[in-house]
Amino acid sequence: MLRCALLLLTENQEVNEGVSENVVLKMRNIHKRFPGVYALQGVDLTLRKGEIHALMGENGAGKSTLIKVLTGVYTKDEGEISIDDQVVAIHSPQQAQNAGISTVYQEITLCPNLSVAENMYIGRTAGIGQNWKKVNADAEKILQSLDIPAKATQQLSSCSIAVQQMVAIARAVDMDCKVLILDEPTSSLDEQEVAKLFKLMRDLKARGVGIIFVTHFLDQVYEVCDRITVMRDGQLVGEYVIEDLPRVQLVSKMLGKELDDMGDISSEYQTYEHKEGEAPVFEAEGLASDSGIKPFDFHINKGEVNGFTGLLGSGRSECVRAIFGADRVTRGSVKMNGKPVKISKPIDAMRHGIAYLPEDRKVDGIVGDLSVRDNLILAAQVLKGFLKPFSKAEANKFADEYIKLLSIKTASADTPIKSLSGGNQQKVIVARWLLAHPEYLILDEPTRGIDVGTKTDIQKLVLKLASEGMSITFISSELDEMLRTCSRLVVMRDLHVVGELTGADMNQSKVMSTIAGGEKKNAE
Amino acid sequence: MKKKLALMMVAAMTMASVVGCGGGSNDAAPAAADTETEAPADTAADTEAEAPADTAAADTEAEAEAPAASGELIKVGIINNDPNESGYRTANDADLKATFCEENGYEASFAYSLKNEEQINSAQQFIQDGVDYLLLSAADTSGWDSVLQDAQANGVKVILFDRTIDADPSLYEASIVSDMRAEGDKAVEWLKSQNLDEYNIIHIQGVMGSAAQIGRSDALTETAADEGWNIIVSQTANWNAEEAQQIVQSVIDSGESFNVIYAENDNMAQGAVAALDAAGITHGVDGDVKILGFDTNKFALEELLAGNWNYDGQCNPFQSSYIDEIIKTLESGGTISEKTIIMDEMGFDAETITQEDVDTYGI
Amino acid sequence: MQNKSKSGIGAFFSRLVRQQYFIPLTALVLLALFNLIADPAFFKISITTNSAGNAVLAGTPITILDYGSELAILAIGMTLVTAASKGQDISVGAAVAIAGSFILRMLCGGDSSSSTLHMPIICAFLLGCVVAMLFGAFNGVLVAFFKIQPMIATLILYTAGRSIAAWFNNNELPIIKDATFSYIGGFIPGVPIPTPFFIAVICVIVITLVLKFTNLRLYTEAVGINENSARLNGLNPAAIKILSFVILGLCVAVVGLIKVSRVSSINYSVIAKDIEMDAILAVALGGNSLSGGKFNMATSIMGAYIIQFLTQTLYKYKVPSEALPAYKAVVVILLVVMSAPTVREYFSNLMKKMKVKEAA
Repeated sequence: MLRCALLLLTENQEVNEGVSENVVLKMRNIHKRFPGVYALQGVDLTLRKGEIHALMGENGAGKSTLIKVLTGVYTKDEGEISIDDQVVAIHSPQQAQNAGISTVYQEITLCPNLSVAENMYIGRTAGIGQNWKKVNADAEKILQSLDIPAKATQQLSSCSIAVQQMVAIARAVDMDCKVLILDEPTSSLDEQEVAKLFKLMRDLKARGVGIIFVTHFLDQVYEVCDRITVMRDGQLVGEYVIEDLPRVQLVSKMLGKELDDMGDISSEYQTYEHKEGEAPVFEAEGLASDSGIKPFDFHINKGEVNGFTGLLGSGRSECVRAIFGADRVTRGSVKMNGKPVKISKPIDAMRHGIAYLPEDRKVDGIVGDLSVRDNLILAAQVLKGFLKPFSKAEANKFADEYIKLLSIKTASADTPIKSLSGGNQQKVIVARWLLAHPEYLILDEPTRGIDVGTKTDIQKLVLKLASEGMSITFISSELDEMLRTCSRLVVMRDLHVVGELTGADMNQSKVMSTIAGGEKKNAE
Repeated sequence: MKKKLALMMVAAMTMASVVGCGGGSNDAAPAAADTETEAPADTAADTEAEAPADTAAADTEAEAEAPAASGELIKVGIINNDPNESGYRTANDADLKATFCEENGYEASFAYSLKNEEQINSAQQFIQDGVDYLLLSAADTSGWDSVLQDAQANGVKVILFDRTIDADPSLYEASIVSDMRAEGDKAVEWLKSQNLDEYNIIHIQGVMGSAAQIGRSDALTETAADEGWNIIVSQTANWNAEEAQQIVQSVIDSGESFNVIYAENDNMAQGAVAALDAAGITHGVDGDVKILGFDTNKFALEELLAGNWNYDGQCNPFQSSYIDEIIKTLESGGTISEKTIIMDEMGFDAETITQEDVDTYGI
Repeated sequence: MQNKSKSGIGAFFSRLVRQQYFIPLTALVLLALFNLIADPAFFKISITTNSAGNAVLAGTPITILDYGSELAILAIGMTLVTAASKGQDISVGAAVAIAGSFILRMLCGGDSSSSTLHMPIICAFLLGCVVAMLFGAFNGVLVAFFKIQPMIATLILYTAGRSIAAWFNNNELPIIKDATFSYIGGFIPGVPIPTPFFIAVICVIVITLVLKFTNLRLYTEAVGINENSARLNGLNPAAIKILSFVILGLCVAVVGLIKVSRVSSINYSVIAKDIEMDAILAVALGGNSLSGGKFNMATSIMGAYIIQFLTQTLYKYKVPSEALPAYKAVVVILLVVMSAPTVREYFSNLMKKMKVKEAA
C-alpha cells in the first residue's frame, strides 16, 4: 500500500520536473469515501505560482469533494497536501485559511447587511477594539488596487452580485492567500461582469497567486486558464496545458467518450410548423406581476419550443414566473387552449397543466432533506390531493422509472436529494414535473451549473418531449443552447419584451443586436 | 409591653375586620355603619393601651370623620398583583374594591402587575396624579426606595399590605401582613393535638422560596424534628394540583405508608386527595389519612364540612378594613403606634366547622 | 468466523447509532436499568381498589403511562408545529388553561359549584376543541401571515392565556361534582388502566392513520424544509403552518380535558405550568430537529414518556425540591447533547473506527 503511494509520488514528480520550484500547492493521492460513494480515488492536483488552473469534470466527478477536502470542510481519508513543499494538515476551514488557502463560492457567503469593509475584515480582528477609520482606509486601498467598483463604506447588498463576488475575492487576497479557489464564480454574472472578473483574476495571477478555477463554461476556461486538471468519476483523468487540449478533446475527456452528441443537436434545427386554426396552448395578454415586469403578450402552441432571451435581469425569469403565478399577478388575462382561465398562484397553473422548473434550484427547486423519491413525486402528489397519497409501491415505481429514464445517479431513491450532485438534482426536478404530465412545461435555466453531459441530455429531452406534443418554454443564459432548441425566441430588455425572432432571424448576431437595442426601430 | 400592646390592637382590629368583611360581602354597607362600629373599637383599643394622647386622637377622629365621609373623597392608588394569580388574590382584590369605594369616602385607582418595574411605574403615575395614599402589595421586595422617597416628598402616604419590602420603615406608614410562620405553627399545633400513634407525613411544598412556602415549611420541619415525626417525602408541587397528585401517587406506588398529608395550599391538597381516591385510600375525619391545607378556599372549606379533609389554615386576604382603619386614624391626625401589623388568622377543623364559617371565610 | 460476526455486530451498532430512535431508546433503557438495579419494586404493578370501588392497576409504570400520556398527546402537535413552522409554540400551557377553563364553564354553566352537569361532557369537550383550535389558528395566522417567529408569536398567548382562562369563569374556581367527569382523568369503572393512557393511544392511532392516509407528512416536511419550493409545487405554506397549529390546538383541548378532570377543577395560574417546555423537550429527545423539516412522530411520543419516566424516578428517589430542576436539567442536557446530529455522527464514526481496529 505504502509502496504504491510512493510509486505514485515519484511518478508525479517526474511529470512535474522543471517547474517544481514554482509549485505552490500539491495534493497527492487524495482519497475520500462517503457511505455508498467512493468520492475521491487517489486524485492529484498540482498548482503553480501565478497560474490559473481549471478544474473540470462533470457533476459527480468529485470536483466539489476535492475542493472541500482542500478547504477543510471534509477531512481526507488518505493522501497528502503540501503548500510550498511543506506538508500541511487541514482539518477545518480555519486551518485551510491559515495555510493560505482561500475560497470564493458560487453563492455569496458574506453578510449582505454589513458594509464592504466590514465584510472584508469580519472575523479577522485580534480583539474587540477596532479602528474602523483605518479599516475603511485599508479596504478602500485594496478595492482600488484591484480596480473593484465599490466603496468601503457601502452596504454590501447595494452592490451587484459580481461586485459582491469581487469583494469576496478581495477579502481572500487581503488575507495573503497563496491559493485562491473560485468555485463557479461566473454562473450568476453577465458577460461584462465576467470580463471584469477575469481582469481581476489576471491581476492576481500577475501577483503570483495560484488560482483554482471551477466552472462549467468551456469558453471561459479557454479565455483565462493556463492549465486544466480533468476529473471523472472520482478519478484523475489528467493534467494538461491549455494549448495542447482542444475543446472537443476536453469535452470527450470529461465525458469519457468520443463526443458527437453536441454535433447531433446542432444539426437538429427546429422544424416546428404551426397548424393553422389551432388555438395556442397558452396565451397571455398584457400580463404583469409585482416583480416589476412590464405588461407583455405571449403565446405558445402545441408542440412548440420557444424561449425568453435577454441579459441577466432583463426579465426572462420574471415573465415565466408571472405565467406560472409564482409572483403576484397584477394585471392581464390568460387563456389555455382558447378558454380564459385565472392563474393567481402556482397550484392554479398546475391544475391547468403548466409546470415550472425554477431558475434557482437550491432556493426554489429542491426540498433538500427529503428523499429523491419524495422530491420526485411532490408536484404530482400535490395535484392528486391531500387526502390521496400515492401508495408506497406507486411512489417507488415512479421513482425507479424516472431514475432510470433520466439516468439519475443516486445511491437509492431514499437518499436525501441534497447529497446528489447539482446535475442529478436538476434531473430529479425535471422528473418531478414530467411526472405531473404537463401540457406546457417551463424550464428556467435547467442547464445552469450542471455538467456538459446532463446539459445535452436535457436539451435532447426537451426536443423529444416537444415532438410528443408538449409545449415548452426554455430559458438559458447560453444563447447557443437556445438557438439549438427553440423555434421562436422572445427577446427581453429592461423588463420589456423588445422583439420576437423566428426562422431565419434566429441567429446569434440578430439576437445580440435585438438585445442591444436599436434593432427595434428598424423592425417597426 | 410593646408586644402586648400590639396584640391588643390586633384583637381590636379583628373585631373590626369581621364586621368589615361582613360589610364587604353584603356590598351595600352604608358608610355610617362603618363609622359607628369602628369608633368604639378604636376607643377600646386606645384606652386599653393606656395612652392618653391616643384617646384624645380617637375623640377628634370621631368628629373629623364625618366631614370626610360626606365631603371630599380620599384619593388612594392601589397597586396589587394580578387578581388571576390565585384565589387568594382574587378575594383580596374584591375585598379592596368593596372597601375603597365612593360610598366609603374613597376615590380609588387600581393597577395590577406581577412585575416590579411595572408596579414602580404605576406608583410613579399615582404620585403624579396626586393620590393621598398609596397602597402597595409589591411583586418584589427590593427596588422601592427611590419611588417611596418621591412619594414622601410629594406628601403621599404609603401603606404596604400583604407583602413587605426591603426599604427603610420611615418610608411607609404601616405594613399589614400575614405571618406565614404563624399560619404553619397553628396548623402544626393542631396536628400535634390529634395525638396520632405515629406521624408519617407527606409534605407538599409551594413554589420554593416564596414567603408562604418558607413559613409553612419551617413550621412543619422544626416541629417534626422536635417531636420525632417522620416526614417521608418533602417535595415541591409549585402550588399545582396535578404535580401534587403525581407526588402522592409516586409515594403510593413506592408502597410506603403514610397517615398525614401537609399541603401548603388548597390546590395541592386537592390534587393529593385525587391521588388517594384513585388508590382507594380513605382520608378525612373518618379516614386513614389526615389532610391539611391552607388558604381557606371555599371548595376547601366545603371539603372540611363534608369531612373529607381535616384542617385548613387561613391566609387572610381581607386587609382592607385594617387599611381603612389606618387611613382614618391618619386623616384625623392620629399616629400609628405599630408599623407592622400582623393579621389575625384562623384555622378550621373539620370537626367544628360550620356552614356559616364556609360562607364567611371561604374565598 | 469470529471476526466476521464481530464486525457484523460493529456494523449493526454503527447503523443503530444513526437511527433516530437510538437516543430515546438508550435513555429509556438506561433509566429502566438504573431503576431495576436500584429498586426492582419500581416496576411492581399491583391491583388495588380505588375509592369508587373499582379494581385498578397501580404502580409506578402505570403512573408513568398515566401522566406521560398528556405530554405524549401534546408532543404530537408540537412535533407538527416544529416541523412546519421551524419554531415552537410556547403558549401550550396557557392554552391548556383556556381549554380546561372553557370546558368547565360549559359543564357548570356559570355556576361555580353546580352539582349537575349543564351539558353532556362530550359537547363541552367538542366546544372546548373548537375554542382551542381557534386559539391555535390565531397563533398560526401570526406565524404564517405575519411571519412572526413562532416563539415570539406564541408569547402573546403565553402571557395573556391564563387571564383569558380565568375570565371564562369570572375568576371563580368551578368544581365539578359529577362522578363521570372524573373518569376521564382517572379510571372508567371496570377498566383497570388509567383513561388518559387510552386517550393517548387513540390520539396516536388517529395521527398514525392521518399520516398514512393523507399527505400531512409530505406537505409539512416540504414546507418546513423549503417554503419557496413547496409553494412552487402548488402547496400553500401558510395554510399548512396554520393547520399544524390547529392540530396542536386539538391536542391542547384533549389535554385540557384530562387535566381538569383529574382534580375536577382548575387553578388558572398553575395548571399545566411549563408543560410547553416538556413538550418541546419531548420533540428534541425524539431526535427531531427543532429547526423544522423532517420529523419522526414515534420518537417524539417516546420522548414524552421518557420525560415522565425521569420525573417519576426523581420523585421516587425523593430528590430534594431545591435540587429537582437541577437534576432534571443535567439529564436533559445529556440527552439533548447525545441526540444532536453532530454527536450522533461522532459516535457513528467512533463505531466505525472500532470496527476497523477489530478487523485489523
